[in-house]
Amino acid sequence: MKKFKLDFNLIRTMIAIGIALLLALVIILLTSDDPWTAFYYFIAGPLSKAKRFANVIEAMLPLVFTGLSVSIIARTGVFNLASEGSLFIGGAVAALCGVLLPLPPVVSPVVILLIGGLAGMLALLIPTYLRVKWNANEIVSSLMLNYVLYYLGTFLIRTFVRDPDSGYLQSTKFHAEADLPVIVPGTRIHAGAIIALLCVAALYFFLFRSRLGYKVRMVGENPKFSFYSGIPYALSIFAAQALAGFVCGLGGATEMLGMFDCYKWTGLPGYGWDGIIVATLARNNPAWVPLGAFFLAYMRTGADMMTRYTDVQNEVVSIIQGVVIILLVAESFLAGWQKRRTFKEATENAKLEGGAEA
Amino acid sequence: MNQMIHRDPDDFPVGEEILRMSGITKVYGNGVLANDNVNFSVKKGEIHAIMGENGAGKSTLMKILFGSEQPDRGEICFKGRVLTIESPKKAVELGIGMVYQHFNLAESLTVAENIVVGQEPDRGIFFRQKNAYDAVEALAKKYAFDIDPKSRVRDISVGKKQKVEILKILYRNSELIILDEPTAVLTPQETEELFRQLLLLKQNGYTIIFISHKINEVKTICDRMTIIRAGKTRGTYDVSELSANDISVLMVGRDVVQKIDKPSAKPGKTALSVRDLCYRNEHGAVMLDHVSFDLRAGEILGVAGVEGSGQRELAEAVSGMLKAQGGTVALEGSDVTGGTPGEIRALGLSHIHEDRMSYGIAKNVSITENLIANRCDSGELGSKAFFDRKKTSSLAEELVKEYQIVCKSPSVPIGMLSGGNIQKAVVAREMSVEPRVLLANQPTRGIDVGAVEFIHERLIRDSREKDCAVLLISSDLNEVLEMSDSLIVMYKGHISGYFSDVSALTEQELGLYMLGLKQQDGQALKEALHEEV
Repeated sequence: MKKFKLDFNLIRTMIAIGIALLLALVIILLTSDDPWTAFYYFIAGPLSKAKRFANVIEAMLPLVFTGLSVSIIARTGVFNLASEGSLFIGGAVAALCGVLLPLPPVVSPVVILLIGGLAGMLALLIPTYLRVKWNANEIVSSLMLNYVLYYLGTFLIRTFVRDPDSGYLQSTKFHAEADLPVIVPGTRIHAGAIIALLCVAALYFFLFRSRLGYKVRMVGENPKFSFYSGIPYALSIFAAQALAGFVCGLGGATEMLGMFDCYKWTGLPGYGWDGIIVATLARNNPAWVPLGAFFLAYMRTGADMMTRYTDVQNEVVSIIQGVVIILLVAESFLAGWQKRRTFKEATENAKLEGGAEA
Repeated sequence: MNQMIHRDPDDFPVGEEILRMSGITKVYGNGVLANDNVNFSVKKGEIHAIMGENGAGKSTLMKILFGSEQPDRGEICFKGRVLTIESPKKAVELGIGMVYQHFNLAESLTVAENIVVGQEPDRGIFFRQKNAYDAVEALAKKYAFDIDPKSRVRDISVGKKQKVEILKILYRNSELIILDEPTAVLTPQETEELFRQLLLLKQNGYTIIFISHKINEVKTICDRMTIIRAGKTRGTYDVSELSANDISVLMVGRDVVQKIDKPSAKPGKTALSVRDLCYRNEHGAVMLDHVSFDLRAGEILGVAGVEGSGQRELAEAVSGMLKAQGGTVALEGSDVTGGTPGEIRALGLSHIHEDRMSYGIAKNVSITENLIANRCDSGELGSKAFFDRKKTSSLAEELVKEYQIVCKSPSVPIGMLSGGNIQKAVVAREMSVEPRVLLANQPTRGIDVGAVEFIHERLIRDSREKDCAVLLISSDLNEVLEMSDSLIVMYKGHISGYFSDVSALTEQELGLYMLGLKQQDGQALKEALHEEV
């Protein structure tokens, strides 16, 4: 029964993606003078050169972190949307440390990543605390918090590490010791990839093997049931969201140290919102997050190439994203099909077990 | 009165087939096959019972008839026409009315307002309250319903609320009335009164479908019955054709012993001590009013009472789910007043909650993970931080086997199981930790007879062999009388009677205490405390 359910969701996701791609093709056909070239770049562009493919991997890393974070958050049933700000503040604090903390090699990135993670964790816990303590709606408080965190981060950068010679807001260079090393020569794929994979494994085990992860899932599945069973509500929610915040902050710090040599973000980077898309694709299961992140990053890279070489704009990606998400969250999409399968299975079971139950 | 539907109740001859449902098949989204090719027909002017164990598919069939569920296969023919009943609204327009087990009434409105709602007598945009009172009064008089149209629904008893629901249907000129286990919430006296009214309705040409699993009630009042077992019809019979035993064989598929044999109790020392427990709910209603009793190891103490007399609050306050405003609770001598459910469970208390689907389980999660909820910190299931999957799954397999939970595998989501199997899983979880005190609140409600018997055996075994103290809360009189060693009766949040020997007590006598017509004095109730003087 479990296998059937898994298959159904996988097929459903595939069909949703397929429909969205068809729609993209239609739009390209309608708007482009050379639609087939455009479509080629969009679909196969990222595979055309190793460097392009590396771009996909680079783009997917922050999405893995935020996808994991949102997956954990969604499991608790308290929909904290501060992942965006949490990742941002993690990156900003990492930038601050990268400039201000003279540390020996190896120690430097490790310490800075931890500090970035802690910053993200503290940030994400604010709406959680307000929820548990005063029952404040976490959706409202966390959405607002993202902007507070954005201006706090910019304030820190501007006040302490701003590069006075630059025309727009950016910091002075990080200490060279703080850099995350590149692990695939000839690309910008950095050690953050390993950290991301470790996080995937760690969070999967946390959620599905650890006692605390079990409690978190029960609290999210049915708060009444967990209360009645004696599972501590506040503790479970706090622990899970602290972990989610840490992963976000870590993701921000990783991105900052791995991809840049100084702070250059000109706004909220949007990875937190993308994390929601990734978590939806992965159905809040950490094991599927890398795949979801890869899909999104692949599409974005393909769209970038299409824009660069043809006359189609990369907004097409937003349309695809939108359609996929709507189809995935629309519960009745393909529900009739599932219903027929369930019906068949149930009537067949009844014949099999007819004698056994009576 | 201008909005009332005009329908001539005599346009269809008595004794003719007024309703036929054929080949009805219904599969719920979670894969439960609730009705499997069910055929069912009713004649005008009869009281027709639908009998079956809980979970057999009776309610689903009636929901389909009333339009709140749609069948996957099959057709409905009402008064000679094949119809699709797409909503309860359509059903009401056709002349079909239903009284659910749980009433749908606006508590703060009057009886009359509840009855006329949706079809109010009006003049322009103004509601004519007096006309409503008059209409309802006339209707109540016609069918001998003793009820004041002006009283507020929140102030009247459960039995009266049920009458309001029936009047609501009559006001809408329904000719086919479905009653879903109407006697479950009534005392024996109220049940008798209801039966008199149903017979009067029958004489007036109404057709009544009476859903029940209580054999003697059906024998008393019904003309014919249709028996459903495991989603299939097992035939329609004249009530006089079958003996009570025949019926139970058809319902269960084998003979059922209704008498419960249990070795006599040897009560030990006090396991649970409740003193002056008081609780008001968020609406300010007194749900627990100075409740005091002692529960001793090795005994089954029954708690009887009409539903809503404070039983649920009692169980929740003792288990730490509610914070009582006054009084104390002690578990094996240690004060647990104000403790959290987790803390109190850790001291040896288990709790079978009456609301199985909301509190008892997390329905999307596997059977295994539901079974470990009350021991998720137990050292036996792995290291301090992680579960050992081998140990959790072998525990689940043992429990599934021992408690006879019918399932494909313990990794199936628990919501896919039938009510009886879900309850067995809940019981397995709560009893297998070998509690010192077990709060069993409605442990067998809504499940098949086989599962009931099994759970009863387990309760008796644990109390006799493992010295577990069982507080058995139930609104099933047969159950509390047969299972309990001693018994307390609750009425409006306080204890109205204590009986140290249940075998001497009759259902009639119990009914008087349940209704608050009899009340023991303080001296007699002191016996429930088992205090050394």
